[in-house]
Amino acid sequence: MIGFWTLFYKELLRFWKVAFQTVGAPVLTALLYLLIFGHVLDEHVQVHGVRYTSFLIPGLVMMQVLQNAFANSSSSLIQAKITGSIVFVLLPPIPYGAFFAAYVLASVARGLMVGLGVLVATLWFAELRMAAPLWVLAFAVLGAAILGALGMIAGLWSEKFDQLAAFQNFLIMPLTMLSGVFYSIHSLPAFWQGVSHYNPVFYMIDGFRYGFFGVSDVAPEASLAVVVACFAAVSLLTLNLLRRGWKLRA
Amino acid sequence: MVSAVSIVDVVKHFGALQALVGVSLDIAEGEFFGLLGPNGAGKTTLISTLAGLVRADSGHLSVLGNDVVRDYRKARSLLGVVPQELVFDPFFSVRETLRIQSGYFGLRHNDDWIDEILENLDLAGKADVNMRRLSGGMKRRVLVAQALVHKPPVIVLDEPTAGVDVELRQGLWQFVRRLNGEGHTIILTTHYLEEAEALCGRIALMKQGRIIALDTTANLMAAHPGGSLEDVFVRTMNQ
Repeated sequence: MIGFWTLFYKELLRFWKVAFQTVGAPVLTALLYLLIFGHVLDEHVQVHGVRYTSFLIPGLVMMQVLQNAFANSSSSLIQAKITGSIVFVLLPPIPYGAFFAAYVLASVARGLMVGLGVLVATLWFAELRMAAPLWVLAFAVLGAAILGALGMIAGLWSEKFDQLAAFQNFLIMPLTMLSGVFYSIHSLPAFWQGVSHYNPVFYMIDGFRYGFFGVSDVAPEASLAVVVACFAAVSLLTLNLLRRGWKLRA
Repeated sequence: MVSAVSIVDVVKHFGALQALVGVSLDIAEGEFFGLLGPNGAGKTTLISTLAGLVRADSGHLSVLGNDVVRDYRKARSLLGVVPQELVFDPFFSVRETLRIQSGYFGLRHNDDWIDEILENLDLAGKADVNMRRLSGGMKRRVLVAQALVHKPPVIVLDEPTAGVDVELRQGLWQFVRRLNGEGHTIILTTHYLEEAEALCGRIALMKQGRIIALDTTANLMAAHPGGSLEDVFVRTMNQ
Protein backbone atom coordinates (compact mmCIF):
# COMPACT_ATOMS: atom_id res chain seq x y z
CA MET A 1 0.00 0.00 0.00
CA ILE A 2 2.91 2.40 0.63
CA GLY A 3 3.84 2.13 -3.05
CA PHE A 4 0.31 3.13 -4.06
CA TRP A 5 0.16 6.07 -1.62
CA THR A 6 3.59 7.28 -2.72
CA LEU A 7 2.66 7.19 -6.40
CA PHE A 8 -0.63 8.95 -5.63
CA TYR A 9 1.19 11.59 -3.57
CA LYS A 10 3.79 12.04 -6.32
CA GLU A 11 1.05 12.57 -8.90
CA LEU A 12 -0.67 15.15 -6.64
CA LEU A 13 2.61 16.94 -6.02
CA ARG A 14 3.38 16.95 -9.74
CA PHE A 15 0.33 19.01 -10.69
CA TRP A 16 0.29 21.04 -7.48
CA LYS A 17 3.83 22.32 -8.13
CA VAL A 18 2.53 23.92 -11.33
CA ALA A 19 -0.95 24.77 -10.00
CA PHE A 20 -0.99 28.13 -11.79
CA GLN A 21 -1.00 26.21 -15.06
CA THR A 22 -2.93 23.09 -14.01
CA VAL A 23 -5.63 24.65 -11.81
CA GLY A 24 -5.58 28.43 -12.32
CA ALA A 25 -5.59 28.44 -16.14
CA PRO A 26 -8.66 26.18 -16.58
CA VAL A 27 -10.60 28.27 -14.05
CA LEU A 28 -9.81 31.39 -16.09
CA THR A 29 -10.84 29.65 -19.34
CA ALA A 30 -14.20 28.68 -17.83
CA LEU A 31 -14.73 32.24 -16.62
CA LEU A 32 -14.11 33.56 -20.12
CA TYR A 33 -16.69 31.13 -21.55
CA LEU A 34 -19.16 32.28 -18.93
CA LEU A 35 -18.53 35.97 -19.52
CA ILE A 36 -18.93 35.69 -23.29
CA PHE A 37 -21.85 33.26 -23.54
CA GLY A 38 -23.57 34.61 -20.45
CA HIS A 39 -23.35 38.19 -21.73
CA VAL A 40 -24.73 37.28 -25.16
CA LEU A 41 -27.45 34.82 -24.15
CA ASP A 42 -28.50 35.43 -20.55
CA GLU A 43 -31.38 37.79 -21.34
CA HIS A 44 -32.63 35.78 -24.32
CA VAL A 45 -32.44 32.14 -23.29
CA GLN A 46 -33.91 30.06 -20.50
CA VAL A 47 -33.30 26.31 -20.19
CA HIS A 48 -35.26 24.00 -17.88
CA GLY A 49 -36.86 27.19 -16.51
CA VAL A 50 -33.55 28.72 -15.31
CA ARG A 51 -31.60 31.67 -16.71
CA TYR A 52 -28.91 30.74 -19.22
CA THR A 53 -25.97 31.79 -17.02
CA SER A 54 -27.20 29.57 -14.19
CA PHE A 55 -27.77 26.70 -16.64
CA LEU A 56 -24.30 27.13 -18.12
CA ILE A 57 -22.30 27.08 -14.88
CA PRO A 58 -22.72 23.37 -13.98
CA GLY A 59 -21.87 22.45 -17.57
CA LEU A 60 -18.69 24.53 -17.49
CA VAL A 61 -17.72 23.09 -14.10
CA MET A 62 -18.16 19.52 -15.32
CA MET A 63 -16.40 20.21 -18.62
CA GLN A 64 -13.33 21.43 -16.76
CA VAL A 65 -13.51 18.52 -14.30
CA LEU A 66 -13.46 16.07 -17.20
CA GLN A 67 -10.86 17.78 -19.38
CA ASN A 68 -8.45 18.30 -16.50
CA ALA A 69 -8.82 14.75 -15.22
CA PHE A 70 -7.89 13.56 -18.70
CA ALA A 71 -5.01 16.04 -18.96
CA ASN A 72 -3.53 14.94 -15.63
CA SER A 73 -2.97 11.25 -16.25
CA SER A 74 -2.24 11.60 -19.97
CA SER A 75 0.36 14.37 -19.59
CA SER A 76 2.04 12.66 -16.65
CA LEU A 77 2.46 9.40 -18.55
CA ILE A 78 3.58 10.90 -21.85
CA GLN A 79 6.12 13.15 -20.10
CA ALA A 80 7.49 10.22 -18.12
CA LYS A 81 7.70 8.06 -21.25
CA ILE A 82 9.38 10.70 -23.38
CA THR A 83 11.90 11.77 -20.72
CA GLY A 84 12.51 8.15 -19.70
CA SER A 85 11.64 8.80 -16.04
CA ILE A 86 8.89 6.16 -16.36
CA VAL A 87 11.58 3.64 -15.31
CA PHE A 88 11.33 4.97 -11.76
CA VAL A 89 7.82 3.52 -11.47
CA LEU A 90 8.47 0.45 -13.61
CA LEU A 91 11.49 -0.83 -11.65
CA PRO A 92 9.83 -0.98 -8.18
CA PRO A 93 7.40 -3.74 -7.19
CA ILE A 94 4.23 -1.67 -7.68
CA PRO A 95 1.27 -3.87 -8.76
CA TYR A 96 -0.52 -2.70 -11.89
CA GLY A 97 -3.77 -2.25 -9.93
CA ALA A 98 -2.05 0.21 -7.57
CA PHE A 99 -0.51 1.96 -10.59
CA PHE A 100 -3.99 2.37 -12.09
CA ALA A 101 -5.60 3.53 -8.85
CA ALA A 102 -2.89 6.11 -8.10
CA TYR A 103 -3.08 7.75 -11.52
CA VAL A 104 -6.87 7.73 -11.67
CA LEU A 105 -7.33 9.08 -8.12
CA ALA A 106 -4.83 11.87 -8.75
CA SER A 107 -6.76 12.74 -11.91
CA VAL A 108 -9.99 12.81 -9.92
CA ALA A 109 -8.33 15.07 -7.34
CA ARG A 110 -7.16 17.54 -9.98
CA GLY A 111 -10.53 17.44 -11.77
CA LEU A 112 -12.42 18.15 -8.54
CA MET A 113 -10.01 20.89 -7.53
CA VAL A 114 -10.44 22.66 -10.86
CA GLY A 115 -14.21 22.09 -10.74
CA LEU A 116 -14.43 23.59 -7.27
CA GLY A 117 -12.32 26.53 -8.43
CA VAL A 118 -14.65 27.18 -11.38
CA LEU A 119 -17.71 26.84 -9.16
CA VAL A 120 -16.41 29.31 -6.59
CA ALA A 121 -15.27 31.79 -9.25
CA THR A 122 -18.60 31.69 -11.09
CA LEU A 123 -20.74 32.13 -7.98
CA TRP A 124 -20.37 35.89 -8.48
CA PHE A 125 -22.30 35.68 -11.74
CA ALA A 126 -25.41 33.70 -10.83
CA GLU A 127 -27.31 32.34 -7.88
CA LEU A 128 -26.90 28.58 -7.76
CA ARG A 129 -28.28 26.01 -5.34
CA MET A 130 -27.67 22.30 -5.27
CA ALA A 131 -30.98 20.41 -5.32
CA ALA A 132 -29.22 17.05 -4.84
CA PRO A 133 -25.55 17.39 -3.79
CA LEU A 134 -24.90 13.64 -3.75
CA TRP A 135 -25.75 13.40 -7.45
CA VAL A 136 -23.34 16.28 -8.09
CA LEU A 137 -20.57 14.48 -6.24
CA ALA A 138 -21.29 11.07 -7.79
CA PHE A 139 -21.20 12.34 -11.38
CA ALA A 140 -18.15 14.54 -10.76
CA VAL A 141 -16.13 11.70 -9.22
CA LEU A 142 -17.19 9.03 -11.72
CA GLY A 143 -16.80 11.35 -14.71
CA ALA A 144 -13.33 12.41 -13.58
CA ALA A 145 -12.37 8.76 -12.98
CA ILE A 146 -13.50 7.76 -16.49
CA LEU A 147 -11.54 10.58 -18.09
CA GLY A 148 -8.55 9.86 -15.83
CA ALA A 149 -8.54 6.25 -17.03
CA LEU A 150 -9.00 7.39 -20.64
CA GLY A 151 -6.05 9.72 -20.10
CA MET A 152 -3.99 6.70 -19.02
CA ILE A 153 -4.90 4.88 -22.24
CA ALA A 154 -4.00 7.96 -24.29
CA GLY A 155 -0.73 8.39 -22.39
CA LEU A 156 0.18 4.73 -22.85
CA TRP A 157 -0.73 4.74 -26.55
CA SER A 158 1.01 8.00 -27.46
CA GLU A 159 4.69 7.99 -28.29
CA LYS A 160 4.85 11.69 -29.14
CA PHE A 161 3.13 14.80 -27.82
CA ASP A 162 1.32 15.37 -31.11
CA GLN A 163 -0.31 11.93 -30.89
CA LEU A 164 -1.62 12.84 -27.46
CA ALA A 165 -2.79 16.22 -28.78
CA ALA A 166 -4.67 14.41 -31.56
CA PHE A 167 -6.39 12.16 -29.00
CA GLN A 168 -7.32 15.22 -26.97
CA ASN A 169 -8.38 17.50 -29.85
CA PHE A 170 -10.18 14.97 -32.05
CA LEU A 171 -11.83 12.79 -29.41
CA ILE A 172 -12.00 14.29 -25.92
CA MET A 173 -12.68 17.90 -26.94
CA PRO A 174 -15.58 17.12 -29.37
CA LEU A 175 -17.09 14.64 -26.90
CA THR A 176 -17.12 17.24 -24.11
CA MET A 177 -18.08 20.28 -26.23
CA LEU A 178 -20.94 18.39 -27.93
CA SER A 179 -22.30 16.87 -24.73
CA GLY A 180 -24.75 19.57 -23.70
CA VAL A 181 -22.37 21.83 -21.78
CA PHE A 182 -23.77 24.87 -23.58
CA TYR A 183 -27.30 23.67 -24.42
CA SER A 184 -30.02 21.19 -23.60
CA ILE A 185 -30.20 18.46 -26.21
CA HIS A 186 -33.95 19.14 -26.46
CA SER A 187 -33.01 22.26 -28.40
CA LEU A 188 -31.36 20.08 -31.08
CA PRO A 189 -33.02 18.55 -34.17
CA ALA A 190 -34.26 15.00 -33.59
CA PHE A 191 -31.34 13.43 -35.45
CA TRP A 192 -28.71 15.17 -33.31
CA GLN A 193 -30.66 14.42 -30.16
CA GLY A 194 -30.36 10.75 -31.11
CA VAL A 195 -26.63 11.12 -31.81
CA SER A 196 -26.11 12.83 -28.44
CA HIS A 197 -27.41 9.73 -26.68
CA TYR A 198 -24.38 7.82 -27.99
CA ASN A 199 -22.02 10.31 -26.32
CA PRO A 200 -21.22 9.08 -22.78
CA VAL A 201 -20.11 12.57 -21.73
CA PHE A 202 -23.68 13.77 -22.31
CA TYR A 203 -24.85 11.55 -19.41
CA MET A 204 -22.07 12.87 -17.14
CA ILE A 205 -23.02 16.50 -17.81
CA ASP A 206 -26.77 15.87 -17.67
CA GLY A 207 -26.58 13.93 -14.42
CA PHE A 208 -24.26 16.51 -12.87
CA ARG A 209 -26.66 19.29 -13.87
CA TYR A 210 -29.57 17.36 -12.35
CA GLY A 211 -27.81 17.67 -9.00
CA PHE A 212 -28.14 21.46 -9.25
CA PHE A 213 -31.59 21.99 -10.76
CA GLY A 214 -33.42 18.74 -10.07
CA VAL A 215 -34.35 18.53 -13.76
CA SER A 216 -32.47 16.90 -16.63
CA ASP A 217 -32.83 15.67 -20.20
CA VAL A 218 -32.54 12.02 -19.07
CA ALA A 219 -33.52 10.42 -15.74
CA PRO A 220 -30.45 10.66 -13.43
CA GLU A 221 -30.68 6.96 -12.57
CA ALA A 222 -30.32 6.10 -16.26
CA SER A 223 -27.37 8.51 -16.60
CA LEU A 224 -25.72 6.99 -13.55
CA ALA A 225 -26.12 3.49 -14.98
CA VAL A 226 -24.45 4.57 -18.25
CA VAL A 227 -21.62 6.32 -16.38
CA VAL A 228 -20.98 3.35 -14.08
CA ALA A 229 -20.94 0.99 -17.09
CA CYS A 230 -18.48 3.29 -18.90
CA PHE A 231 -16.25 3.45 -15.84
CA ALA A 232 -16.23 -0.34 -15.54
CA ALA A 233 -15.44 -0.77 -19.25
CA VAL A 234 -12.67 1.84 -19.40
CA SER A 235 -11.15 0.59 -16.13
CA LEU A 236 -11.08 -3.03 -17.30
CA LEU A 237 -9.45 -2.01 -20.56
CA THR A 238 -6.83 0.14 -18.80
CA LEU A 239 -6.06 -2.55 -16.22
CA ASN A 240 -5.65 -5.10 -18.99
CA LEU A 241 -3.23 -2.84 -20.85
CA LEU A 242 -1.22 -2.23 -17.67
CA ARG A 243 -1.15 -5.95 -16.82
CA ARG A 244 0.30 -6.67 -20.25
CA GLY A 245 2.77 -3.78 -19.90
CA TRP A 246 1.42 -2.41 -23.21
CA LYS A 247 3.86 0.16 -24.59
CA LEU A 248 5.61 0.24 -21.20
CA ARG A 249 7.61 -2.99 -21.13
CA ALA A 250 9.18 -4.09 -24.43
CA MET B 1 23.20 -22.23 -2.53
CA VAL B 2 20.84 -19.82 -4.32
CA SER B 3 22.46 -17.64 -6.98
CA ALA B 4 22.12 -13.88 -6.70
CA VAL B 5 21.17 -13.87 -10.36
CA SER B 6 20.29 -16.86 -12.50
CA ILE B 7 19.75 -16.46 -16.25
CA VAL B 8 18.80 -19.58 -18.19
CA ASP B 9 18.67 -19.74 -21.98
CA VAL B 10 17.16 -16.28 -22.46
CA VAL B 11 16.11 -15.29 -25.98
CA LYS B 12 14.83 -11.88 -27.03
CA HIS B 13 13.99 -10.51 -30.47
CA PHE B 14 13.10 -6.95 -31.42
CA GLY B 15 11.45 -7.56 -34.77
CA ALA B 16 14.11 -9.09 -37.01
CA LEU B 17 16.92 -8.19 -34.58
CA GLN B 18 18.07 -11.00 -32.30
CA ALA B 19 19.06 -9.07 -29.18
CA LEU B 20 19.71 -12.07 -26.90
CA VAL B 21 20.54 -15.51 -28.27
CA GLY B 22 20.14 -18.16 -25.58
CA VAL B 23 22.05 -16.35 -22.82
CA SER B 24 22.75 -18.36 -19.66
CA LEU B 25 24.60 -17.00 -16.66
CA ASP B 26 24.89 -17.53 -12.91
CA ILE B 27 26.14 -14.84 -10.57
CA ALA B 28 26.86 -15.83 -6.99
CA GLU B 29 25.90 -13.79 -3.94
CA GLY B 30 28.53 -11.21 -3.04
CA GLU B 31 30.22 -11.20 -6.46
CA PHE B 32 31.45 -8.05 -8.19
CA PHE B 33 30.60 -9.08 -11.72
CA GLY B 34 31.42 -7.29 -14.98
CA LEU B 35 29.25 -7.49 -18.08
CA LEU B 36 31.27 -6.09 -20.96
CA GLY B 37 30.83 -5.77 -24.69
CA PRO B 38 30.62 -3.27 -27.52
CA ASN B 39 27.54 -1.12 -28.12
CA GLY B 40 24.64 -3.29 -29.28
CA ALA B 41 26.05 -6.47 -27.73
CA GLY B 42 22.89 -6.98 -25.64
CA LYS B 43 24.14 -5.92 -22.20
CA THR B 44 21.40 -3.38 -21.54
CA THR B 45 18.73 -5.71 -22.99
CA LEU B 46 19.90 -8.44 -20.62
CA ILE B 47 19.82 -6.05 -17.65
CA SER B 48 16.41 -4.71 -18.69
CA THR B 49 15.07 -8.25 -18.94
CA LEU B 50 16.34 -8.95 -15.44
CA ALA B 51 14.68 -5.77 -14.19
CA GLY B 52 11.34 -6.51 -15.88
CA LEU B 53 11.57 -3.58 -18.30
CA VAL B 54 11.88 -6.02 -21.20
CA ARG B 55 10.10 -9.37 -21.46
CA ALA B 56 12.10 -12.34 -22.68
CA ASP B 57 10.67 -14.36 -25.58
CA SER B 58 11.83 -17.51 -23.81
CA GLY B 59 14.07 -18.58 -20.95
CA HIS B 60 14.04 -17.81 -17.25
CA LEU B 61 15.61 -15.17 -15.05
CA SER B 62 15.57 -15.01 -11.29
CA VAL B 63 16.94 -12.79 -8.53
CA LEU B 64 17.89 -14.68 -5.36
CA GLY B 65 15.62 -17.52 -6.46
CA ASN B 66 12.65 -15.31 -7.35
CA ASP B 67 11.46 -15.54 -10.95
CA VAL B 68 11.33 -12.05 -12.49
CA VAL B 69 7.95 -12.76 -14.13
CA ARG B 70 6.15 -15.10 -11.71
CA ASP B 71 7.48 -13.53 -8.47
CA TYR B 72 8.07 -10.10 -9.96
CA ARG B 73 7.28 -8.15 -6.81
CA LYS B 74 9.83 -10.02 -4.70
CA ALA B 75 12.41 -10.06 -7.51
CA ARG B 76 12.14 -6.31 -8.07
CA SER B 77 12.35 -5.53 -4.36
CA LEU B 78 15.72 -7.36 -4.27
CA LEU B 79 17.14 -5.50 -7.25
CA GLY B 80 18.48 -1.96 -7.60
CA VAL B 81 19.15 -0.76 -11.12
CA VAL B 82 21.04 2.33 -12.25
CA PRO B 83 19.77 2.93 -15.79
CA GLN B 84 22.17 3.88 -18.55
CA GLU B 85 20.13 6.87 -19.77
CA LEU B 86 20.45 10.09 -17.79
CA VAL B 87 16.78 10.38 -16.76
CA PHE B 88 15.18 12.44 -14.02
CA ASP B 89 11.83 13.86 -12.96
CA PRO B 90 12.08 17.65 -13.32
CA PHE B 91 9.35 18.41 -10.77
CA PHE B 92 11.28 17.34 -7.68
CA SER B 93 14.33 18.11 -5.55
CA VAL B 94 16.98 15.48 -4.87
CA ARG B 95 15.55 14.64 -1.45
CA GLU B 96 11.97 14.48 -2.75
CA THR B 97 13.16 12.19 -5.53
CA LEU B 98 14.78 9.82 -3.05
CA ARG B 99 11.84 9.88 -0.62
CA ILE B 100 9.44 9.11 -3.45
CA GLN B 101 11.66 6.29 -4.72
CA SER B 102 11.81 4.88 -1.17
CA GLY B 103 8.01 4.93 -1.02
CA TYR B 104 7.74 2.99 -4.27
CA PHE B 105 9.70 0.24 -2.54
CA GLY B 106 7.44 0.34 0.49
CA LEU B 107 9.72 2.40 2.77
CA ARG B 108 8.14 5.36 4.55
CA HIS B 109 10.75 6.66 7.02
CA ASN B 110 14.03 6.29 5.17
CA ASP B 111 15.74 9.62 5.79
CA ASP B 112 18.68 8.23 7.78
CA TRP B 113 19.71 5.97 4.92
CA ILE B 114 18.96 8.71 2.36
CA ASP B 115 21.29 11.07 4.26
CA GLU B 116 24.00 8.41 4.29
CA ILE B 117 23.70 7.84 0.56
CA LEU B 118 23.75 11.59 -0.12
CA GLU B 119 26.87 11.93 2.04
CA ASN B 120 28.66 9.06 0.32
CA LEU B 121 27.80 10.30 -3.15
CA ASP B 122 28.80 13.86 -2.27
CA LEU B 123 25.25 15.11 -2.81
CA ALA B 124 24.45 16.30 0.73
CA GLY B 125 24.79 19.94 -0.28
CA LYS B 126 22.36 19.45 -3.15
CA ALA B 127 19.60 17.66 -1.21
CA ASP B 128 17.07 20.47 -1.61
CA VAL B 129 18.05 21.51 -5.11
CA ASN B 130 15.68 20.78 -7.99
CA MET B 131 16.88 18.01 -10.30
CA ARG B 132 16.87 20.39 -13.29
CA ARG B 133 19.58 22.49 -11.69
CA LEU B 134 22.10 19.66 -11.30
CA SER B 135 25.00 19.00 -13.63
CA GLY B 136 25.08 15.79 -15.68
CA GLY B 137 27.49 14.12 -13.26
CA MET B 138 25.31 14.99 -10.28
CA LYS B 139 22.18 13.70 -12.01
CA ARG B 140 24.09 10.45 -12.65
CA ARG B 141 24.88 10.19 -8.94
CA VAL B 142 21.23 10.76 -8.05
CA LEU B 143 20.40 7.82 -10.32
CA VAL B 144 22.84 5.72 -8.31
CA ALA B 145 21.24 6.96 -5.09
CA GLN B 146 17.76 6.06 -6.38
CA ALA B 147 18.91 2.52 -7.07
CA LEU B 148 20.21 2.20 -3.50
CA VAL B 149 17.32 3.67 -1.47
CA HIS B 150 15.91 0.25 -0.59
CA LYS B 151 19.33 -1.32 0.17
CA PRO B 152 18.92 -3.98 -2.53
CA PRO B 153 21.05 -7.11 -2.13
CA VAL B 154 21.68 -7.11 -5.90
CA ILE B 155 22.78 -3.85 -7.52
CA VAL B 156 23.03 -3.41 -11.28
CA LEU B 157 25.09 -0.48 -12.50
CA ASP B 158 24.64 0.16 -16.23
CA GLU B 159 27.50 2.49 -17.15
CA PRO B 160 27.26 4.48 -13.92
CA THR B 161 30.36 6.60 -14.45
CA ALA B 162 29.61 7.97 -17.93
CA GLY B 163 30.02 11.74 -17.67
CA VAL B 164 31.21 11.65 -14.05
CA ASP B 165 34.53 13.35 -13.32
CA VAL B 166 37.54 11.39 -11.99
CA GLU B 167 37.35 12.49 -8.37
CA LEU B 168 33.65 11.73 -8.04
CA ARG B 169 34.11 8.46 -9.91
CA GLN B 170 36.63 7.38 -7.29
CA GLY B 171 34.20 8.34 -4.53
CA LEU B 172 31.46 6.31 -6.20
CA TRP B 173 33.67 3.22 -6.52
CA GLN B 174 34.75 3.52 -2.91
CA PHE B 175 31.08 3.49 -1.87
CA VAL B 176 30.18 0.62 -4.20
CA ARG B 177 33.19 -1.39 -2.96
CA ARG B 178 31.98 -0.84 0.58
CA LEU B 179 28.52 -2.12 -0.36
CA ASN B 180 30.11 -5.13 -2.04
CA GLY B 181 32.19 -5.73 1.08
CA GLU B 182 28.97 -5.70 3.13
CA GLY B 183 27.60 -8.52 0.97
CA HIS B 184 25.77 -6.74 -1.86
CA THR B 185 26.16 -8.37 -5.24
CA ILE B 186 27.28 -5.88 -7.87
CA ILE B 187 26.76 -6.26 -11.61
CA LEU B 188 28.58 -3.64 -13.62
CA THR B 189 28.54 -2.71 -17.28
CA THR B 190 31.06 -0.12 -18.35
CA HIS B 191 33.13 0.99 -21.31
CA TYR B 192 35.94 1.99 -18.91
CA LEU B 193 37.75 -1.36 -19.00
CA GLU B 194 40.38 -0.32 -16.48
CA GLU B 195 37.55 0.11 -13.95
CA ALA B 196 36.22 -3.37 -14.70
CA GLU B 197 39.73 -4.78 -14.41
CA ALA B 198 40.25 -3.17 -11.03
CA LEU B 199 36.82 -3.93 -9.57
CA CYS B 200 35.34 -7.11 -11.02
CA GLY B 201 36.19 -10.58 -9.79
CA ARG B 202 34.52 -12.22 -12.78
CA ILE B 203 33.67 -10.94 -16.21
CA ALA B 204 31.37 -11.96 -19.08
CA LEU B 205 32.10 -10.63 -22.56
CA MET B 206 29.07 -10.27 -24.82
CA LYS B 207 28.89 -9.91 -28.58
CA GLN B 208 25.81 -9.91 -30.82
CA GLY B 209 23.49 -11.17 -28.07
CA ARG B 210 25.76 -14.02 -26.95
CA ILE B 211 28.21 -14.52 -24.11
CA ILE B 212 31.49 -15.30 -25.87
CA ALA B 213 33.76 -15.41 -22.81
CA LEU B 214 33.06 -15.95 -19.13
CA ASP B 215 35.74 -16.36 -16.49
CA THR B 216 37.46 -14.74 -13.55
CA THR B 217 39.25 -11.54 -14.39
CA ALA B 218 42.54 -13.21 -13.43
CA ASN B 219 41.98 -16.16 -15.80
CA LEU B 220 40.94 -13.91 -18.68
CA MET B 221 44.10 -11.85 -18.19
CA ALA B 222 46.25 -14.97 -17.85
CA ALA B 223 45.10 -16.16 -21.26
CA HIS B 224 46.72 -13.06 -22.76
CA PRO B 225 49.92 -12.59 -20.73
CA GLY B 226 51.29 -9.12 -20.38
CA GLY B 227 48.19 -7.44 -21.73
CA SER B 228 45.52 -5.30 -20.12
CA LEU B 229 41.82 -6.15 -20.02
CA GLU B 230 41.47 -3.87 -23.01
CA ASP B 231 43.82 -6.17 -24.98
CA VAL B 232 41.81 -9.20 -23.86
CA PHE B 233 38.60 -7.44 -24.90
CA VAL B 234 39.88 -6.47 -28.36
CA ARG B 235 41.33 -9.92 -29.08
CA THR B 236 38.24 -11.74 -27.91
CA MET B 237 35.91 -9.52 -29.93
CA ASN B 238 38.00 -10.04 -33.06
CA GLN B 239 38.17 -13.83 -32.76
